[in-house]
Amino acid sequence: MNYNWNWGIFLAQVPTGETTYLGWLLSGLQMTVMLSLSAWVLALALGSIVGVLRTVPVKWLAGFAAAYVELFRNIPLLVQLFIWYFVLPEILPGGTAFKQINPVAQQFLASMVCLAFFTSARVAEQVRAGINSLPRGQKNAGLALGFTLPQTYRHVMVPMAFRIIVPPLTSEFLNIFKNSAVCSTIGLLELAAQGRQLVDYTAQAYESFIAVTVLYLLINMVVMAVMRQVEKRTRVPGYIGAK
Amino acid sequence: MISIKNVSKWYGAFQVLKDCSTEIQKGEVVVVCGPSGSGKSTLIKCVNALEPFQQGDIVVNGISVADAKTNLPRLRARVGMVFQHFELFPHMTITENLTIAQTKVLGRSKEEATQKGLKLLDRVGLKAHADKYPGQLSGGQQQRVAIARALSMDPICMLFDEPTSALDPEMINEVLDVMVELAHEGMTMMVVTHEMGFARKVAHRVIFMDQGRIVEDAKKEEFFGTPRSERAQLFLSKILHH
Amino acid sequence: MYEYDWSSIPGALPYLWEGMKVSLEITFVAIVAGIVWGTLLAMMRLSNLGPLSWFAAGYVNLFRSVPLVMVLLWFFLIVPQFLRAVLGLDPTTDTRLASAMVGFALFEAAYYSEIIRAGIQSVPKGQVAAAYALGMTYGQAMRLVILPQAFRNMVPLLLTQAIILFQDTSLVYVSALADFFGAAYKVGERDGRLVELLLFAGAVYFVICYSASYVVKRLHQGNGS
Repeated sequence: MNYNWNWGIFLAQVPTGETTYLGWLLSGLQMTVMLSLSAWVLALALGSIVGVLRTVPVKWLAGFAAAYVELFRNIPLLVQLFIWYFVLPEILPGGTAFKQINPVAQQFLASMVCLAFFTSARVAEQVRAGINSLPRGQKNAGLALGFTLPQTYRHVMVPMAFRIIVPPLTSEFLNIFKNSAVCSTIGLLELAAQGRQLVDYTAQAYESFIAVTVLYLLINMVVMAVMRQVEKRTRVPGYIGAK
Repeated sequence: MISIKNVSKWYGAFQVLKDCSTEIQKGEVVVVCGPSGSGKSTLIKCVNALEPFQQGDIVVNGISVADAKTNLPRLRARVGMVFQHFELFPHMTITENLTIAQTKVLGRSKEEATQKGLKLLDRVGLKAHADKYPGQLSGGQQQRVAIARALSMDPICMLFDEPTSALDPEMINEVLDVMVELAHEGMTMMVVTHEMGFARKVAHRVIFMDQGRIVEDAKKEEFFGTPRSERAQLFLSKILHH
Repeated sequence: MYEYDWSSIPGALPYLWEGMKVSLEITFVAIVAGIVWGTLLAMMRLSNLGPLSWFAAGYVNLFRSVPLVMVLLWFFLIVPQFLRAVLGLDPTTDTRLASAMVGFALFEAAYYSEIIRAGIQSVPKGQVAAAYALGMTYGQAMRLVILPQAFRNMVPLLLTQAIILFQDTSLVYVSALADFFGAAYKVGERDGRLVELLLFAGAVYFVICYSASYVVKRLHQGNGS
């Protein structure tokens, strides 16, 4: 194959001249990180609530939570994203207001909410699994001490469940960064989209994709390092795995 | 103190408790024994409503457990319970295990709760372990902490659900010693156990259960002297022969 | 209030079905190739031969660290050039379907290999020892004793992964290949009925995936696990 490698391309000015192609990549990286982190915070909050609700002895609440999880797990992420971005603003009352804000903000908000709900269903399943993996006696012990059921969840079951599920949550956390690449399809200029834009402008496809791939690997490594610390901090002394 | 009146309980079509009735007076120590699956653990969990039941009533210190209006957390806070598998909270230190319910349920200050917790920890001989986590203690030590945790709530009575059956043999006595001491101090105790030595030493009465029914409910001397039912005789001979 | 108009869907059903066939084709090829390649990767990973084990670990980690969208873009870039160079294909030949299949198969293999590795490791060590004690070779022990047990343990996980894969096929949208979702989108744009078509697509995916995962769950419970 006669391919002209040109790694210097990243330092070249973009056509509009305000930055280099590397600058584009870095702004894409920044967008990916911002989007993923904000969606993750939301997903963690929503997922914890839904996951706890799936285990409560109140039928309609547990049923609602189960339906929530099924809904967000059984529709492809791309379809969910398009529904958030193209459909809901048309059919929901507040839609017109949404369509009047800055287009980039529209893309960001739709992407963030979509990733958050999509991921929250998966977080909820982990939280539920964590709670269910606790010995049944733990709940009884909390209740026997005079805790109400919400107190038992808050002080006894949820803190321990979260410690148990740090490893699977790590993989969900990694997934949200990877899934954020889907948001390039609605025009959000995150990392993958910047990579494609680079290909369009420079025709140096291999350098561009290699750079983007390396940046994703980098994100991956940083997240894993952070989560290893979290795991270390939350490790319960003397506790041998829950099963 | 605890009065159990005609309690029946079903899991679906299967009846686990059949018309159980008994009374436990203040200061009395009652041992409940019987083969596995006889319903003894279920019965003791009914006393503080950890298990619901469909018929009959249990009244603890004048408060009905079955009454929907009863504030169960409040009732349970006054009834201490010790579990077969200790059920200390693994993510908290021993001190936190001893204080969390005191502060969150009884509303005691952190200092007061800690002081009380450490005093009880000292009493069960584990003061040196205050800052450790449950997973770092042996089974016997964990169960002693669990007893201290229950006592920290100033209970009016104590329920023990097979407190020694998950322990290695060499650790059983350290737990029984604490329980014997408690009995001598006049604590009202309902104890599900197979430890007949404990029953002989401190029990006032022994209840024998089989297939969900209270088959025998007798003074200790009568029970060990001449058990009336054949099944209790058989059970005793099996238990005492090793 | 938005006024729904579903009238463009009935006429578009044959076209949507063509799209669904593309989605199912990609899913099927990726499952079969992914499981075969994934099994090999898992065995390499668990082998005692350093280079093999490192290669498998590197492969799996690489593919699991990169977004599927990125992997697909890579394959839409490389596969056509490769096919042209090796097979001397006409540059105008449409290689998008082939690229998608290769991309999905290689990507999914990384995920399948992790499931299969866990499955192999879930078989008690004593089973290997027992097989060796009966005089079996490594290959015999794997084929006759370990893998049959491992696959039985992981059937639910493999099927769940297949459902995820089916959902992921919608991402071929990035290559403008008309899978079910791509077809729905095109019809929606053509008729100015994007809202209805997207909701319809979502509903179809939901019904298929929910039913499939329900079947998997029943299967799992039926296994007595």
